[in-house]
Parts: sequence; structure tokens; C-alpha cells
Amino acid sequence: MSTDLTIHGPGEAIVSHDPHEAGHNGLHHKETFITKYVFSMDHKMICKQFLITGMIWALIGGLMSVLFRLQLGYPDSTFPWLEDILGKWAKGGKIQPEAYYALVTMHGTVLVFFVLTGGLSGTFANFLIPLQIGARDMASPFLNMLSYWFFWLASVVMISSLFIETGPAAGGWTSYPPLSALGDASIGSKSGMDFWITSMALFVVSSLLGGLNYITTILNMRTKGMSMTRLPLTIWALLFTAILGVLSFPVLLSGFILLLFDRHAGTSFYLSDIFISSTQKALPNEGGSPILFQHLFWFLGHPEVYIIILPAMGLVSEVMAINSRKPIFGYMAMIGSLFAITVLAFLVWAHHMFVTGLNPLLGSVFVLLTLLIAVPSAIKVFNWLTTLWRGNIRFTPGMLFAIGFVSLFISGGLTGIFLGNSTLDIHLHDTMFVVAHFHIVMGVSAFFGMFCGIYHWFPKMYGRYLNNTMSYIHFWVTFVGAYLIFWPMHYEGLAGMPRRYVDYSGWSSFNQFGDLNRFISTVAMVVFAVQLMFVFNFFYSIFKGRKVTTTNPWQANTLEWTTPIRPGHGNWPGEIPEVHRWAYDYGKDGGKEFILQTEPLGADEQHH
Amino acid sequence: MSTIFLIAILLMGFVITFQIAKASEYVGILKGEKKNNEQNNRINGFLMIVFLVLGLIGVYWCNELFRGKILGKAASNHGEKIDQMLYITIAITGVVFFITQILLFWFSFRYQYSEKRKSFYFPHNNKLEMIWTVVPAIALTVLVGFGLMYWFQITGEAPKNAAQVEVMGKQFNWIFRYPGKDGIFGNRYFKNISDAENNSLGLLWDDPTSHDDIVVSNTMYLVVNQPVKLIINSRDVIHDVGLAAFRMKMDAVPGTPTTIWFTPLYTTQEMKKMTGNPDFEYEISCDQMCGKGHFSMKGVIQVVTPEEFILWRAKQVPNYVQVMKDKLPAPTGTDSVKTAGLLVAPEKLVAATK
Repeated sequence: MSTDLTIHGPGEAIVSHDPHEAGHNGLHHKETFITKYVFSMDHKMICKQFLITGMIWALIGGLMSVLFRLQLGYPDSTFPWLEDILGKWAKGGKIQPEAYYALVTMHGTVLVFFVLTGGLSGTFANFLIPLQIGARDMASPFLNMLSYWFFWLASVVMISSLFIETGPAAGGWTSYPPLSALGDASIGSKSGMDFWITSMALFVVSSLLGGLNYITTILNMRTKGMSMTRLPLTIWALLFTAILGVLSFPVLLSGFILLLFDRHAGTSFYLSDIFISSTQKALPNEGGSPILFQHLFWFLGHPEVYIIILPAMGLVSEVMAINSRKPIFGYMAMIGSLFAITVLAFLVWAHHMFVTGLNPLLGSVFVLLTLLIAVPSAIKVFNWLTTLWRGNIRFTPGMLFAIGFVSLFISGGLTGIFLGNSTLDIHLHDTMFVVAHFHIVMGVSAFFGMFCGIYHWFPKMYGRYLNNTMSYIHFWVTFVGAYLIFWPMHYEGLAGMPRRYVDYSGWSSFNQFGDLNRFISTVAMVVFAVQLMFVFNFFYSIFKGRKVTTTNPWQANTLEWTTPIRPGHGNWPGEIPEVHRWAYDYGKDGGKEFILQTEPLGADEQHH
Repeated sequence: MSTIFLIAILLMGFVITFQIAKASEYVGILKGEKKNNEQNNRINGFLMIVFLVLGLIGVYWCNELFRGKILGKAASNHGEKIDQMLYITIAITGVVFFITQILLFWFSFRYQYSEKRKSFYFPHNNKLEMIWTVVPAIALTVLVGFGLMYWFQITGEAPKNAAQVEVMGKQFNWIFRYPGKDGIFGNRYFKNISDAENNSLGLLWDDPTSHDDIVVSNTMYLVVNQPVKLIINSRDVIHDVGLAAFRMKMDAVPGTPTTIWFTPLYTTQEMKKMTGNPDFEYEISCDQMCGKGHFSMKGVIQVVTPEEFILWRAKQVPNYVQVMKDKLPAPTGTDSVKTAGLLVAPEKLVAATK
């Protein structure tokens, strides 16, 4: 456990004992606590801010799921301690329906946007883009800082909504009007919904500021020699993610603004022919269409799932190549399939709307386009498999999560073929099958991508390693647990069991799954407990983890491993390195086991 | 007490795990990083294959466990097609699932780190990539082909002899309307709705075609083997008519009527016998989040023989007659017709159902 830096190996010529010394470059400046840790403009610090905020959100969102799984798994039991913490929302120790729907809604919103968009893209785009393309920072460090603080504001508003008297939004994470537009129809659509819309608007601002910055940086600030086709796949994935976000989030925002008008300004964009039972009054609105909102929502909502999964794919591709000690198979095909997914992502949104009364002919077009996405997805899966084939695989924790990601992505992707087919969607729409599908394919697998990234780049972020034993326990329990939770859920969905029900006992068609629900809830709690252990491991290792003693602990080729162990603001103490080759020269014939991107081509070598 | 006990056990487990984790790190350092990594690698490689084997057994076992519980016999003509499509999809995706998962874990196990092995530099191969572009594309074409064939059959026009029932969702129950003897639904307008005046759909009484419309709540009666077209509406927020046994589903959207049609193939009694479940009901579940009572928004469909249906319908009193009875104590038929015009304000005459 020597703290000295022992530098060895090729291309690791940069030595530094003091991390602060590393800042001898154009960006060096005097730092106070505020400018270093709070209003920091260093992309690496902003990355950590996103990551830790995301982790706090993940804990909150995960805890919510534990609470409502408790209700689903044990509908007949009472838990007096729930009343202690939730008050009237859990009267008599039972989660009330309004509270249940609020929990489900917030769980979805938090996980989809605040964890898997803000937390995942925010973290790794900020961290990896400048480091891997060879830039000192983002194109606009100031916008980058604003991006985080808008995210932070959005978080504050969303958190506050949990504490208002009428509770947070409770109309599902999709917030379909008229339910979300009418406070008289649901208590969650009172002020909670205004908080929700405000928070989401701030989130969109954050996401746009971040996204524009990522695109600009990748396109303009690559170091000498770093052509687009020499970029690691992480950067390609993050580029497409940012493009998706920039093009689709504004549409979501417009949808929310119209919703706000309907709520407070008496407009009828989404409202028509409504008679509220609770007040016994007919509303004056006529001529609006609630389906319009769904189009606007899903025009973001579908690309959103790719905004979540593409970065995970990028991280997994990179980690998998490094730990198989092989080049990623079919680099160009990987980029091509990312591009195809990006384009198709904009053309499939109405597959969420097959049973809204959509014109069947239009529906059929969306079936075709939706199932087309399976082709680039299949290419990616087979390329990952081939990357493993005849490799020399090191099961680092990051690699385990990468393999787990592929397994989950296959399982969840295949059930997407069920749901994307309108004929089957008639039966499966809004059942537990959908819940199982998207939790596996974008929930858990995106989390696996994120874990893969955290485990792999933690040494670069903090100069220390995470504890291996806890990492392995974390992986295996989460992996097995994810399948135990979500695999059986498909069967519930095949029986037509609707999602978002607080209690199934009154239904002769769906009450045969009581035992299964109890089982799922129990596993969910175990898996949540293991995530707590991961969080502990994370914070413990920041301060007490085993120290990194070499600049390139994974023996990887990309540029971030040519920086000092704890790079300062500006990343490279001297000149920015020049790039001479692609990122995947592992196990090249006759050559070394791995060749850094900074290494000039040998006489007998050809460009990839 | 038991809660505290549980928390204590959890904490204990956590502390023990942490101590082991910390100890193993020191052991690893003593053993040397290389040796330690190799050992971890072997353990994880072995677990990969264990996971694969146990996973496959688990999938089989799970199928056996739920075999009888998931898809009862499809009870409508469309349901049979949807089940057919489901089996085709399961077959194709199942093959892919097993091939890819087995390869994934097998490769992980087989090509785990060994000092002797050198990884194979294999950056790309156009032929292979072509194969796994074209083969999935063909498989998907098959799925799209079957899917759209069934889709157009299911969403096509209802047969001419189809019965018509209007379904109205509201927080949190279902209302059904039959057109009565004239076969025409009378006009309605949402501002005319009044639960207090027993006009839950807002029927316009000055439209004579509404006078024989039958309005019932919660239970819908359908005739076995007769196609039925449901005209679906909502009074407040979006609901969804979910018919798991018929495998049908359609949103109820306020202001925009939607339709589905299907033919029920078995009566409720027959289904009770076939499923061996004396409590069997054709349930209508609301499948679109609609507020706090969403989970209990249940309707029932009674599928009966034509004779039973005629008997049932004979007992129903049209909404109009019920209302007029409420309005005037002991009215005669002619009286209620006369008062009808007076009950509706003139400006509402222009409005009609869409």
C-alpha cells in the first residue's frame, strides 16, 4: 500500500507527486473551497457533483420502490412505523392509494430523469469527454457549471414537492392529462403537479445546457490526431445521447407548458368534454385532445430511453474491450448502430399509443419502425459477444457489470419485440409485462452500465480503488436479484395483470399472484440493502480505499490514463498529448499487449 | 420489537461483510496483487457458468410453476389470434434468448484470464457482421408480417351484424348503454350530465331516439358468438377498457370516442367450467392510471346465451322512463313524453354526441 507513485510502462512519462502540481497549464488558477467544490468549473468536479447528487436521488427513488413493494407484497399487513414517517399517507400503517400513486410517480420520475439521465449522462459525459478526447475542459466550463446547478435547482423543487400538504404529483411519470391537469380529479394534481412541471422545466434547461456543451466539445476540441474514427465508443455514445436530448427535450418542455396553460389559464389544449364526479360539475373546455399531450410527451419519452441506454452502451463497450484485452469487435458497425438507433429513436414514439384509438394504419408504420430498432440492437449484442470470444477476460468489477449489462439488455430487448408488435401490445399494454420489460432493458441495465462506469473510472476520479469483495457481492446479488424480481413479473403481465394497482385482491383474474408478489418484494428489499452497501463502499473508498499507484491501472489505451493519478484542472500538466491511433489496439499481433493512443504507428503498422 | 431485531440483524450482517471485505483486501496485498487477481478471476469465471446453469433451470422451473396461471383460454376470436402471435414471438425470441445468453456466459467462462492465452486480435469481419444484420432483419420481417396481418384483422371494420354497446368510464366505475329497440343511440352532451337527476351520460331527452336507450352500471351483458362493437368514451380522465380474458384493450379518452370489436366465444358459465374456477368472471379492468380508485375500477361482463340475453333485456327499464318516473309521481306514458321537451334547455338542442 505504498503511497508513492511508481510510474512504469510505455507512454506513462508524466510523473507527479502532488496532484496540485498538475495544474501547471493555461487553466491554472487559485482555488478557494467555493470555486473548487461548489461552483466549480472543472469538469471532473462537476462530474462528481452529478454523480453524488444522482446517488442521493437513486437512494430516495429506490427507497420509494421498497415502500410500495411493501404494500404490494404484503397487502394484508400493517406497518405502524410507516404511519410514523408518512403520517396521514399511511393511516393505520397501510400505504393509502393516493400515497401509493405518489410513490410510483415519483419513483419513475426520479429514476428516469434525475438518476439515469442527470446522474448517468451528467457524470460520464462530464468526466470522459474532455479526458478521452484530449481537452483541458469543456467548451464552456461556465455553461457546464450552470448545467449542474439547474439540475440542483430542479432537484430542490422536486424534493420540496414531497413535503407539501397535498403531496407530490401522482399521475404516473408520464403525467397524462386530463388527470394531471385537474386538481379535482386527483389530489396529486393540485400544487404537487405545479412543482413537478417547474422542476422538470428546470431539468430540461440543465439537460440542454449540458447537451449543447457536450456536442460542441466533442466536435471542436479533440486533440491533434483525434479524428472522429479514433474516438473511443464512449464518446460516440455520449455524442449521440446529447444530440437526442437537444432535439427532443424542447418538445417535452412545450408539452409541459401547454399543460401549465390548461391548468391555470383556462385553455383547452388537452381538455374536452369533462364532467368531474367529485364536484359534480362539467368543465367549460371543449375541443382539446388529451392524445396531443401523449404525442408531445413520447416524442421525448421514447428518445429518453435511448438517452438513458446509449451512454451505458458506450461505457460497456469500452470496459469490455479493455478487460477482454481485445479490440471492440466491429468498431464502425458499433458507431453505425448507435447512429441508426439515434435516428430511429425519433420515429417510433407512437408505439406507446397503440391502444389510444390511434389510426391502425399509422400504428402499422410505427410497428415497422419500432421493430427495425431490433436490428442495430442485435448487431451490438453480437459484436459484444464476439469481443468476448477468444479474449483473455479479467473479471474486474467493471467487467462483471458490463457482462451483466449485455445479459440484461438481451432479455429486456427481446421482450421489446413483444411490445413493439401492436397485435401483442393490445393484450400486454399497461400490464406488469411492460413494467418488467422496461425495468430490465433500461432500468437495471442502464444501472449496470453506470456501475460498470463507476467501478472502472473510480480510480481515475478519486485516485483510489473500491473494495473488491464488496464490489463482487454487489454485482452478484444485484444481478441475480434483478432477474428474480423482473423475470417472474412477465408472467403476471401475460395474465393481463395491470400495472399501477395498489391492491389486486379484489380481482378474480389477477389475485393468483399473491405469493409471487411477496417473493418479488422480499428480493427487492435485499437488492436495495446491497445498494446501500455499494454506497457505503463508494464513500468509504473515497477516503480509505486502496491507493492507485500507477497512472494506468487497467492497462487501457485511452487518453485519460495518460494524465497524472489525480489530475488537476486542465488535466495534463504539460502539453496535451497527440493521438496517433484508435483506442482499441489490444493484443495486436507482434506488438505489445496494449498500445496507448499516444504511441506513434510503427513502421510495419497500418492505420486501422 | 421485531423491527428493531431485523434492523439489528441487518446491521450485523453488514458489519461482518465489511470486516471480511477489509480483511480480504489485506490478504490480497499479502498474497500479491497478481495472484489475488487470478484467484478472483477464477471464482467469478466459475460463478458465470453457475449462473448460466441455475438460470436456465430457473427459467424452466418458473415456466412450470406458472403454466396454468397465466394464459387461460382466449375467450374471443381476436384473443385466439393474439395468443397465436404470442406463441410465434415466444418461439423466435426464445431461440435468440437461449443462443445469446448461453454464448455470453460460456465465452465469459471459457475465455477467462490465463497467463498462457494471448487474446485474438479480431477487430472486424464484414461477413460475420453481415450475417447478424441480415438474419435478425429476416426474423423481424416474419414477426412484423404476422403481427400486421393480425393487427389489421383485429382493428378492421366490425361485421354488419355486430351488436353495439357504448362504454363510458368515469372515476371510478363503468357505465354501459344499449341503443334499445330502434338500434340508435340517442344524442348526448356532457354538460347535460347529472348524477343527481339520474342522467349519468347526459342524454338529451328531446331526442326521441334516446328514449329507449338502456343505461346500466358495472355489469355489461353480451351474447355469446355474436360480434360486439364497443364504443368507448370517458366522462373525466383517460381510462382504459382492459379485457384480459378476451385479450382486448382500448383507452377511454374524454372527447374522442374509440372503438373495438370482438366476438365472445364462451359464456361466463362455460368459462367457469373450463377454467375449473367457480369464481371466474370476465372482468373489465381499468388499465390507464386514473386516480386514487384506479385499482378498484372494475366492471363485469356477463356473456350469456341469446335466450338469457332477451330475458335480461326485457327486465331493463330505459333511462328515460326511469328519469320521468322520478320527476313525476306516477306518470303515465303520454305525460312523460310531453314533459320531455320542457326538461331540456333550448341551447342544448344544438349539441349532439360526436
